[in-house]
Amino acid sequence: MNYRQILITAFILLTFALIGTALVAFTFDNTRERIAANERAALLNKLNRLIPPERYDNVLLEDTVQARDEKLLGTNEPVMVYRARKQGRPVALVIAPIAPDGYSGTIRLLVGINVDGSLSGVRAVSHRETPGLGDAIDEERSNWIHTFDGKSLTSPPLERWKVRKDGGDFDQFTGATITPRAVVKAVRNALLYYREHQAALFENAAPDRANEPVRRPD
Amino acid sequence: MNEPSYAYIIKQGLWKNNSGLVQLLGLCPLLAVTTSAINGLGLGLATTLTLTSSNVTVSLIRRLVRPEVRIPVFVLVIASAVTIIELAMSAWLHELYKILGIFIPLIVTNCVIIGRAESFASRNTVDRALLDGLAMGIGFTLVLVTLGGLREIIGHGTLFAQAHLMFGEFGNRLTLTLIEDYRGFLLAILPPGAFLGLGFLIAGMNIINARREKKAALGIVPAGRASRAQA
Repeated sequence: MNYRQILITAFILLTFALIGTALVAFTFDNTRERIAANERAALLNKLNRLIPPERYDNVLLEDTVQARDEKLLGTNEPVMVYRARKQGRPVALVIAPIAPDGYSGTIRLLVGINVDGSLSGVRAVSHRETPGLGDAIDEERSNWIHTFDGKSLTSPPLERWKVRKDGGDFDQFTGATITPRAVVKAVRNALLYYREHQAALFENAAPDRANEPVRRPD
Repeated sequence: MNEPSYAYIIKQGLWKNNSGLVQLLGLCPLLAVTTSAINGLGLGLATTLTLTSSNVTVSLIRRLVRPEVRIPVFVLVIASAVTIIELAMSAWLHELYKILGIFIPLIVTNCVIIGRAESFASRNTVDRALLDGLAMGIGFTLVLVTLGGLREIIGHGTLFAQAHLMFGEFGNRLTLTLIEDYRGFLLAILPPGAFLGLGFLIAGMNIINARREKKAALGIVPAGRASRAQA
């Protein structure tokens, strides 16, 4: 091949690269808002499964605060807290901690906590646990995640917040102990965090985003 | 292959040259996603869409591409197509997009797609490339659904579980629990079960083909198929 052919060939490749990139960029631009709206709707949906909409009257997705506690919330990164209020009074909140010691990596959770410290519910939102084994933490796969409904740090008492195999009150799965153990521990820690910081977590109720500082309660 | 007929293309894609059971391409998603029939169906449809649009595009540009850079160009086309499809799914089929998760972008690595681009779409007209994409894609989807269904029945005791994720309310009626209080057969759900299941499907296909050949050789030919396909 002579230089001219090489140049033409390279130019053809470049042209296709530009066209492909342009098409992708065009699609990205034109779907960006829809996708963002979809993500927000999906998130609100998830939060509403933990705190039914009748229980609050503020804008859940915007009345937020960030919490950071590497030991109790499973990550060094700040973690979202969505606060639900009715007529200005705190009703419940949803915190998004991480269970760092899953079988195949981290498990992202949503933990709904009522003002009285009881759980309104827990969901696993993303994980890589083994299909057929650890994935029983998914609400769609089994009812296990609902065993958290209504529980608190007094019921069962703190020492019993473990899987049965470790001497606690929570079922594990046949053939998979690591996954439920990680989730139970993460939920327990989230409740402990809530107990420590309850007042601070509900402060700064400004619904106006511009006025709301990003807080690190502690 | 000069001017293959439509019938030939369809038969090749669905059976004789089935990408999952004969060509054995795209095994990574095939084995990983077929833990249930619905998962297999979802990914199969996304792959079919990608395969069809990629085939059409490659066929449209086949005279513009120099042979030396054809593979990088095909990869560019496929990657762009998959990215666009992924964005479109996230925008308009968000639930399904969330379920299929990482397997949508992984379609780029599915060898069926670049295989058909190189061996068929770049050498045939657009209408044939379109048909080939559809036939290969549907053939692949059939394998995904069959293997997924078998693994789901043996592994979970259900069929079409979570059909509502694809079909909404109507899907709830599709879900069958075939064995009550089934303890589950884990091997079927884990990767070894996928390999075994695929092996059995291929064996089954070979048995069916062997019987057909025997019948044809003995002169017992079903009406309408007087001359056996040469391929």
